[in-house]
Amino acid sequence: MELPLLQLNDVSLDYEDTSGNKRRRTTVVQGVSFGVSAAERCMLLGASGSGKSTLLKAIGGYIKPSHGSITLSGQPVLKPGPDRVMMFQEFDQLLPWRTVVGNVVFALEASGKAKGKDANDRARTAVAKVKLERVADQYPHQLSGGMKQRVALARALAMEPKILLMDEPFAALDALTRTQMQHELLELWDNHRFTLIFVTHSIKEALTVGSRVLVLSPHPGRLQADISCAPSKEELIHGLLFGNAATEAKAHD
Amino acid sequence: MTNQNSDRILDLSATAPEAIVSQSEVTWWRRLYELEWCRRLLVLVALAVLWEAYARWLDNSLLFPSFSETVAALVNGLKTGVLVDRILTSLGVLIFGYAVGLGIAVALAMVAMSSKLGRDLQTTLTAMFNPLPAIALLPVAMLWFGLGTGSLVFVLAHSVIWSFSLSIISGFDGVSPTLRMVGRNYGLRGVSYIWKILIPAAFPSLLTGLRLGWAFAWRTLIAAELVFGVSAGSGGLGWFIYENKNQLEIASVFAGLSSVIVIGLVVEYLVFRLIEAKTVRRWGVSV
Repeated sequence: MELPLLQLNDVSLDYEDTSGNKRRRTTVVQGVSFGVSAAERCMLLGASGSGKSTLLKAIGGYIKPSHGSITLSGQPVLKPGPDRVMMFQEFDQLLPWRTVVGNVVFALEASGKAKGKDANDRARTAVAKVKLERVADQYPHQLSGGMKQRVALARALAMEPKILLMDEPFAALDALTRTQMQHELLELWDNHRFTLIFVTHSIKEALTVGSRVLVLSPHPGRLQADISCAPSKEELIHGLLFGNAATEAKAHD
Repeated sequence: MTNQNSDRILDLSATAPEAIVSQSEVTWWRRLYELEWCRRLLVLVALAVLWEAYARWLDNSLLFPSFSETVAALVNGLKTGVLVDRILTSLGVLIFGYAVGLGIAVALAMVAMSSKLGRDLQTTLTAMFNPLPAIALLPVAMLWFGLGTGSLVFVLAHSVIWSFSLSIISGFDGVSPTLRMVGRNYGLRGVSYIWKILIPAAFPSLLTGLRLGWAFAWRTLIAAELVFGVSAGSGGLGWFIYENKNQLEIASVFAGLSSVIVIGLVVEYLVFRLIEAKTVRRWGVSV
């Protein structure tokens, strides 16, 4: 059995607040262990208070576990880094002073992945992947909510991270756009096979997007269930009849 | 019995409506009226005409010179170079004092953001000195720095420091947590984090602070120069106004006042509005 890409071992997360003369520590997540293998679409599902976003931030390196360890390809996660790109729900994750392409270029240049013309070319390719060529040189405020989230997705994918961390990325979108984005995300996954950890509070979304659903129980957040979602019969037959571009490409490698 | 299979799907592409329903010519005066600068010009012309008419009716150029006399004095001042010289002196001192003020404001903001005690220091100082008009410090400034550029720079810096340091801090505080996380996600830290995330994100607030500081400094300078304006034989615009009033050249006083207004407008429209159009307006972020 291959070693998982990301491993969480007995992870507990605390939240500290000082009110008055008392310093209080609240446990948000307690003793969570799981591994995520490459190309999995792992969903963190839970009610509010289940610590799913906090857990995602810990994987992102923004919060240090009070107990346990998080390792990525065997290396402990200690701080945020471009090998784990986060995508947020908030539209203000885009830099308003940069165009659509500029936002992707920013990510590539800030992380030292690419520079100058190379960065620009890679950014345009990424923007084309999410079908935004038409607005590539516009500023974020000129775009709709769905388009903004696509820019964020393009920026994340251009980084070719080891893991893509998505924190309820479609929750602020209207129902129709959300459904469309879910399908586009799956289409992109079909072509690029990235590893995904996706936080949601929608059962339907978890089952649509995920290949595996981790259910967290609230107060404090604990892992309650680890459910693998078999591909639907329709998907299986579709794959048999029409093949799968990505798996074929993998076979050629 | 109704038909169970009664779904209707229409082919809309065949009946795409014309977007333009009707079209008609707009009269030329209507088109001019819709232009903002055109309406503004109209207001200015009307004011000038009123001014001229009232001054001619009053017929006392010692109390209230007419528009045409003022323009003549302005042209004369520019021609002889006296007015140009005064304006350049004022602008020179202004820019120097403004820069010193901005520098101190940045330092103060850095202290404020480094610790809680630093924040309290900045808050207290600002609460104390912000309501104090810079011009009120002129007597002590003259005592400390003498009659010269030093005193002017001192009061100018005072007029800029407090409002601008407040703008810096409120701007940086207002940077969204998401944007901060994005910056750190892509590996930015230290100076590059401040330069590439915090400053652009706080820019609307910084621009407001620069603008406010400039307006304060300009008013303060003219007022200070009215009290004393000569150092080493070259005075500023405020001095020009004061000097001409003493010589009862009232048309020149008005010419000096007009210059103060025009320079204020030029800086507002050619500098700050331009920066605004190229930055915050283009980015669609509120000021």
